[in-house]
Amino acid sequence: MNINDLINHTAEWLRGAGPNSNIVMSTRIRLARNLAKVPFPNRAEKKDLLNVVDELNKAIAGNDYFKDSVLLKMNELDSIDKQFLVERHLMSHEHAVSGDGKALIVSGEEVLSVMVNEEDHLRIQVMQSGLTLNESWAIINMLDDSLSKKLQYAYMGNWGYLTACPTNTGTAMRGSVMLHLPALVMTKQINKVLAAIAKLSFASRGFYGEGTQARGNIYQISNQVSLGHSEEDILQNIGGLIRQVIEQEEQARQALFMQNRSMLEDKIFRSLGVLKSAHIISSQETIELLSMVRLGVDLGILNQVDRSHINELFITIQPAHLQKIEGKKLTPAQRDTRRAALIREKLGGV
Amino acid sequence: MQCNICTKKKATVHLTEIIDGQVTELHLCEECAREKSVQMEQQFGLADLLAGLADFGKQVKDVDKVKLDCPHCGVSYDDFKKFGRLGCSECYPAFRDHLSSLLKKIHGSNLHLGKAPLEFPKPVGPQIETLRDLKAQLQEAVQKEDFEKAAELRDKIRLAEKKEENQP
Repeated sequence: MNINDLINHTAEWLRGAGPNSNIVMSTRIRLARNLAKVPFPNRAEKKDLLNVVDELNKAIAGNDYFKDSVLLKMNELDSIDKQFLVERHLMSHEHAVSGDGKALIVSGEEVLSVMVNEEDHLRIQVMQSGLTLNESWAIINMLDDSLSKKLQYAYMGNWGYLTACPTNTGTAMRGSVMLHLPALVMTKQINKVLAAIAKLSFASRGFYGEGTQARGNIYQISNQVSLGHSEEDILQNIGGLIRQVIEQEEQARQALFMQNRSMLEDKIFRSLGVLKSAHIISSQETIELLSMVRLGVDLGILNQVDRSHINELFITIQPAHLQKIEGKKLTPAQRDTRRAALIREKLGGV
Repeated sequence: MQCNICTKKKATVHLTEIIDGQVTELHLCEECAREKSVQMEQQFGLADLLAGLADFGKQVKDVDKVKLDCPHCGVSYDDFKKFGRLGCSECYPAFRDHLSSLLKKIHGSNLHLGKAPLEFPKPVGPQIETLRDLKAQLQEAVQKEDFEKAAELRDKIRLAEKKEENQP
């Protein structure tokens, strides 16, 4: 497999299936791990970083979890490739910045990925569609165990896994759930929900990495505290919180449906209409319209549209994806045209 | 109560700021609060916030004014305060006292209750006590009048100093 193969298939986490997938887009668990005594990436020399890549490569040889994986070295990728990987949620913006000694490992279905030499030596990630905190934990826990037999992790009994930034020390685990919350936004309850989440020491941010103003009504909620609780306890707390948010969103959807049905149907059908007919469209407009169409699918108002197609479009309409699909650099104006064509293709437009 | 900033709308958000021990209370309407939070986000990066916390910890538990360096990677505690990132796993035991209180501030706890590496090999660097660690512990034991422990530590320090002298 190489990077260009990714463009032709859909990541598992975009399937739009799994528990609570009418509201939950995906679940992600990330573990930070460092090698004992090797300087953290911010202090390491190039030879140290290359050594970490080597060590990991040896450690994963023959490991079933990495059977169909590909190792991508950042200094061998151009800026569109790197942006493409960021857009696919396989790595962070920071990881794309400088290249030397940084790498990314991605499994075939994109369930599993490892950023090598980002802020920590390893940032292991498991991402699946729907609310799958327990399943994702089971996978990443076993994988981490198997790696810990081959790599000497930086670990202290009283402080747990040692990380470059003390905000991650301990379990060094971050569990995140991506939620589509259009009804809470439309009924103007979202800020109260987000404020409550913040009070409970959880963080929320947008799907595209932005702050409080989430595009496409997609919010990512994750734990902040990583020390003083077991991994299972932290995930159980996130799960409990997420279920409450889901309930709130469901109630808001019901209320909208009962009280403003024609307004809602009008908004949803118009959104689909524009997406199917537009010949020039910006990503901002696309994302807002996709959110409405997804709501239409979830409420059973639109039966002929496939949820996984909508999920996929949230990713593929971004700049680097369009340029990978087209196989060349595109100007912003060309991208708006190419984006509209892609959407019409996917949704069977006119 | 009216908003302290626009003085027009009703204050629904109550913000308590503590700067240098000085407590100020702000009562804001939702709109002004949102603007204020954006300003705060722009002002502070994570490193600044951490540095603030780390500094605070230092005042509370500053055992001595000796400059702290990690013996393994050479990062100083001041570097950490500036950039918010540690240099290597050995920084943890090197800055043990400072980090202990910092971790507690960040996470509300400084005791790991999660998993451990499967075949965690024999204790590595983080468990090795440096001379500085031992001296700090000795000071603490003397303050607590735990003389039995102090004597034990004194012997350890003598032994460690001898070893150091014998090194080329």
